[in-house]
Order: sequence, then structure tokens, then C-alpha cells
Amino acid sequence: MTDTVAAATEVTSATDAQEPLLAISGLAIDYRTGRRRWNPAVRGVSLRVEPGEFVSLVGESGSGKTTLVQGALGLLPAAARIRGGSIAYSGVDVTGWNDKRMALVRGNYVGFIPQDPNTSLNPVKRIGVQVIEAVRLNRPKADYREAALESLRTAGLHDAERVFHQYPHELSGGMKQRALIAIALAGRPKIIVADEPTSALDVTVQKRILDHLVGLRAELGIGILLVTHDLGVALDRSDRILVMQRGEIVEEGPVARLSAVPTAEYTKRLLDAAPGRHTGRLAPPTAGDTPSVLTARALTKTYQLRGRQELRALDAADLVLRRGTTHAIVGESGAGKSTLAGILAGFTTADGGSVQVGGREVIGLRRKELREVRRDLQFVFQNPYTSLDPRFTVARLIAEPLHAFRVAGDRKDRVRELLAAVSLDEEFLHRLPFQLSGGQRQRVAIARALALNPEILVLDEAVSALDVSVQAQILRLLVDLQARLGLSYVFVTHDLGVVRLIADDVTVMKDGAVIETGPVERVFHSPGHDYTRQLLDSIPGVR
Amino acid sequence: MTVPLALPRPLSLRRLGDLVHQPILVLSWLIVLVVIGWAVAPGLFTEFSPYEGDTGASFAPPSAEHWFGTDRLGRDLFARSVYGAHTTLTATLLAVLLAFGVGVLVGLIAGFSGGLVDTAIMRLVDVFLAIPSLLLAMVVVSVLGYSTNNVALAVGISSIAAFARVMRSQVLAVVTQDYVKAAYGLGVGRLGVMGKHVVPNALSSVIALAALEVGTAVLAVASLGFLGYGAPPPEPEWGLLVAEGRDFVAVHPWASILPGIALAVVVIATHRISTSLRKEARR
Repeated sequence: MTDTVAAATEVTSATDAQEPLLAISGLAIDYRTGRRRWNPAVRGVSLRVEPGEFVSLVGESGSGKTTLVQGALGLLPAAARIRGGSIAYSGVDVTGWNDKRMALVRGNYVGFIPQDPNTSLNPVKRIGVQVIEAVRLNRPKADYREAALESLRTAGLHDAERVFHQYPHELSGGMKQRALIAIALAGRPKIIVADEPTSALDVTVQKRILDHLVGLRAELGIGILLVTHDLGVALDRSDRILVMQRGEIVEEGPVARLSAVPTAEYTKRLLDAAPGRHTGRLAPPTAGDTPSVLTARALTKTYQLRGRQELRALDAADLVLRRGTTHAIVGESGAGKSTLAGILAGFTTADGGSVQVGGREVIGLRRKELREVRRDLQFVFQNPYTSLDPRFTVARLIAEPLHAFRVAGDRKDRVRELLAAVSLDEEFLHRLPFQLSGGQRQRVAIARALALNPEILVLDEAVSALDVSVQAQILRLLVDLQARLGLSYVFVTHDLGVVRLIADDVTVMKDGAVIETGPVERVFHSPGHDYTRQLLDSIPGVR
Repeated sequence: MTVPLALPRPLSLRRLGDLVHQPILVLSWLIVLVVIGWAVAPGLFTEFSPYEGDTGASFAPPSAEHWFGTDRLGRDLFARSVYGAHTTLTATLLAVLLAFGVGVLVGLIAGFSGGLVDTAIMRLVDVFLAIPSLLLAMVVVSVLGYSTNNVALAVGISSIAAFARVMRSQVLAVVTQDYVKAAYGLGVGRLGVMGKHVVPNALSSVIALAALEVGTAVLAVASLGFLGYGAPPPEPEWGLLVAEGRDFVAVHPWASILPGIALAVVVIATHRISTSLRKEARR
């Protein structure tokens, strides 16, 4: 409370000197859920961004942070309405402005960087044309091209001439995001609003993009409002952080204060959950010479692309998983880690190499023989929203492998036992997936994978689709299960923070090849390869 | 773990509540239910006989007694429409069931097996789709002989292709879902995956199509009846009713128009229902 009062007095004193670039006060936004039924998404939020300030808005999914930004930009979907509050840019109140008037504000005054660079550019127009669209409003026609090129260069695309003539599909994710930044900068805005600008990008790219945004702020003196779910990202670069939960700001303050002495319970939880801030492990590492349960040698996979091109997805990759340990596979997108996991699980056929599970060769098995291997080796998918059949109840989902293998005994008891193992109540038995949260779904998926008492679980980005606090719970669960059941995990992830929390061994991959492999302690403290070092430097939230 | 979760209200209650805001949909269901009532127990809806009329009262205009008026032989046209529902709807139902059953099976086989089997089946389906369905139905009836059952068979055959196409596209979409891959990963066999995961999830869109096809099939059956391919004359059948009144349409327009309107209303009602089912399927 005292914080809000302090903030309020600050605003009044600030107005004397200079108007804030963006001042939102008491904004409330509802979503329509039925006829005459409205559900509040943002409940009276106040926020301001001063010139040259880097402000981060942090919150988990469903906290209303994106809705807040859409409301500030006048880009709310048709099902939403502003119930109260005001929005002002440099003291000009734009509350209630229609779309035509707001269009003059967007681009000229406030630049917007959207979330997913892969879907935010028009695929049939060249980059140059799309940047010119944004330049057009406030430059003479003769300058269009030069202004667009300048904007692309400011956004960090050094080869602006070439990018100008390229189509979005010819660019990498990071370059597309830079093109979007160029579009946001093209109208020479005073403030940039970025909604999760790097969540769809690899960590090393994320680091470069965010560093560049910070540089732009210093160079152009603009204000930046960054919306993110990643507290680590916010801590690294902001001047001030606002933490949002269920449509309200629960804490606000300068970074140093907030990370040192968080006042809100929720902020403490978020800080505890952020994997990048931990240096220790959830459980002590398993040392030395435990026997291996899974050994992969020289796995190779090549995909035929259109034309006569080939893509080497996997190039002679090795992997040894020791009994009762966790072996993490890390790398950026396209590194071949999912292909490797798919081959281990028998979803993808390898072109060459060998995989031994418990002394049995898996490569080249026919479908029926492969089915037997599945008793020992189970797979957990990245996205719990797509890996559960929407028509199956939780009880039926967990019992499915028991039916498939005609396991004898009381299946209902076994299902209850499994549900308890993943810390879910029996009341969940008859729920359908849509009645579960993301974390609960992933627990169900884990319970299902454990049904046959496998020795090995292959987890493909199993916590990446979840919010950090939920992610922490699932990781805790995995560690507990490992201790109790002696499981061995192959843990595929792009998040090195997570690796440090739970893995014993780590394999770093790049472009289909294994770069480095070894115990986590060694690889993290004295990386033997430049790329590993670069990855480690990119972990957000490590200071 | 105790995550508070806002459970939706019980489904049935919520859906009933939503219906209040969709009067046209409610009306459509009422119309379809009444017409099904006509087909099942026509005696409850009219006191007149569809076959015997009062020749003295031929071509009586619509009145409180004869809602649709009477025809050339003084038969009550409302009674003939009510009894005609039986003939027309039975043929329609048979046609749609046949098309649905065969179409779903063919589409499932094509979508699930892929490769050569898929190509062969789908090119055959393309051929069927290229022939206008009414023409195809007329050819089939001409070969099999004129009767209501054969009309049903003909209309059914001519709509198999549409069902097969939709089913195949749905199957192809479902097969790529993670939960299908997950089921294989859990050791479920191919047939198990097909029966437990692919078919139930693919079927919802096909059911919406079935509702749409009911309307189309009613029209096709009536069209064949109108052209004289269906039930023989004394029998009341909607298409035949329209055809019988056609010669007198200038003097006694109600004899064709009122049964025609009844037919149109039923078709529109089924379309409305199909739209709502399709929306449900997308959820």
C-alpha cells in the first residue's frame, strides 16, 4: 500500500517537470463471456513510463498483461471493453478515442513490437515495403526508401540493402524480430511497447535483441515498456518493474529494491521459481560410475528437402544415460535435440547408428518389437494442451497404457495410485483436459507415462510451455519421482537454468552435432567450447 | 496441489441457457420435431384421410377446416402433407444413413492408410463429385426401377462422396495431433488408435455435415418424386404433391405453393441446426 501512495506522489511531482510518455491510471478492461456477462481481465491498473525509462511488466499467462497493452494501444479485440480509467500519452488523454484517431498515435508516437516474429510479418510482401508502410506518414515521398533503410540499420540489420529486398521467409527468427523493431522505429516514436518480443526466439538471439533495445533507449532517448513472463529478462535490463497478477499490479519498484526485498508474496514466489537465479540443485547430483541404461552411438538423420537439398538434422550424435540420473540435452532451435529425442522414443527412424536400451538394440526394430521397448521407455510431450485427447477423462487417459498392454490387476487402483504419485486429488479422475490447468495437464501426462513402470522417461521440453511457478512445481515433482522410483530422465530443453536445477549430465548440441558433453558441474564451470560459453552468458536473470 | 479452478457450470444447463438467446434455433428444432411427429404418427395431427376426399369440395381454398385447402379430388392437402412426411422422411433418413456410413468408412480408410490406397479412393470420389448428384440419382433410379426405396438408395449413393471427403480431411488433421502420437508411444496398436482417438475426434464435423445433408436429401427425394421417379401417384409424397398441383397453379395456387413452402421451411430449419452443430464441433 505504501508503495502505491509513494508512486502516486511521484506522479504528481513528475507532472510539474515533464509529462510521462505513457500514463495509465485506474484502467479496467473486461472480456465478454456471455450475453451481458463480463469477466474482468484488468482491474484498475496504473502505470507510467518516463522519457528514457525502461519499464518491465511481468506476469504469468492469464495475468492480463497483454490485454493491458492492447488497451493502451487501442488494439483490444471486439470481445473486450474498457470499463474505466484513463490512458494518456505525454499528457494527452486518448481514452475513448476511435480507431482512426488512435491510428495517428500508433506508429508516430508509440511503436509496437509484437510477440511472434514468425507470424507478425506479411509473408507476401518484401521487408522494405512493410517498413515503408510505417515510414509513409511523416516523411516526404522521396525519402521513403532512405528512411526505411535507416530504420532497418538502427534496428541492427547491418545488411539493410539486402534485407530490404527480401521476403520474411528468407530471414531467421531473430532477423524478422529486428525487421519488426525497424517497423516500430520507423515512425520515430517516443516510446516503444514490446509484448514478449523474444519469447519465440533462442536465448542467444534473445540476448542480442534485448541488448539492442537497451542500446536504442540510450541512443534515441526513448521510453520502453517491455511485457514479459520471464522475471529474469526483466531483472537484467529494466529500471523499474511492475509485477502483475490476476489483472492487478501487486508490486512495483526499482529493480534493485524488488530483487533484494520483494514485498508481495507473489513476487517472492516468482523470484524463487525463476530457474536462472538458482545456482544449486533441487537434489544432490548422482556421482560417478552408475551403469548406463541407455546408450546411443553415432546417430544420424538426414531430411530430404525440396529440390536436391538435404538437411543434416543429426550428425553422428552420441548419448549415454546413467541409471537413476538426468541427462539434459540443450541447444537452440534446429540443433537436432528433438530429432534425437524422437529417435530414442522410436517416433523417428534413424538413418544410421545404434540405440541400446537395457542391452537391447532398438534401431531397426519392427513395430511390434518396438512396442515391447515402450514398457521401459516412455515419452512426455512439450505441450500438454495437445498431447491429451480432449475427449478422454483423466481416469481413461492414465489407464490407456494399462489397457494397451493388458496389465493384470485392479486398474482403477493403479490409476488412483498414479494420480496420487503426481500429487493430484481423486476428484480429478472424471475431469476432461479442458477443465485442467497447464500444470495439471502435464501432471496427468507424467502419470500416464509412469503407468507401465518404465525405467526411462524422455521429456521433450516438458516444462517449456508452462509458467515459471508451475514449471518449478513440475521440476520438483520430477526430482521426487526420480528419487522414489529410481527413474532415469533424458531431458530435452533450451533453458540452461533448468538444466542446472535438475540434471546430472548435459550434452550441448548445435546444428545436429554434439558440441560438448559431461557432468553439469564441469560443463557449467569450465565450458570447453566457445558456443557453450555463449549459451551460458545468455541465461537471463544471472548476475 | 490445490490450484483453485473455476469449473464451468454443468454443460447441459449452460447450453439450455444459451438456447433462450437463439429463438430461430429453437424454432428450427421445433419444426423438425413436429415434422418427425408427422412421419411417426400422422393420425395425431390431422383427422382427414390422405387418400379419400369429398369430390364436391374440390379445390377448396385454405380455411380453418382445410388448412392447406383441398386438391382436384377434394382430398385435404394438409393431411396429404402430414402423411407425405412419412414417405419423404423415411427415404431421406435411409439416404443419409447410407451416405454417412459408407462415406465415413471410405474416408477413414483413405485418410488413415494414405499412399496408393488414399490416391485410388480419392480419385474415385473426385469422379463421383464431378457428376451432378441429381443426375447420378436419376440414373441409379432408372437402373433399379421406380420406388421410394430406390430413390433413397440413389440419393444416398450420390452423397457418399461428400462424406468421404470431409471424413478424410478430418482424419488427416487428427492423425497429426500430439495425442495420436502419444497413444502410439504408450503402446496402443494401430486399430486401437483409430477406434479410440481418430474416429471420435474426426466425427464431430461429419455429424454437422450429416445435418446439412438431411436438408439436401429431402430436396433430392422430393425432386425425384416431383419428376415421377419416386412413389406412384395415390401415395402422398412432398415432391409429388407439388407436381400434382402444378397443372392448376394459375387458378388454384395453394395446391402447389403450400406443400412447397412446408418443404422449404423444413430444409431451412435443418440448415440452421447444421450451422449450430458445426459451431459446436469447432469448440
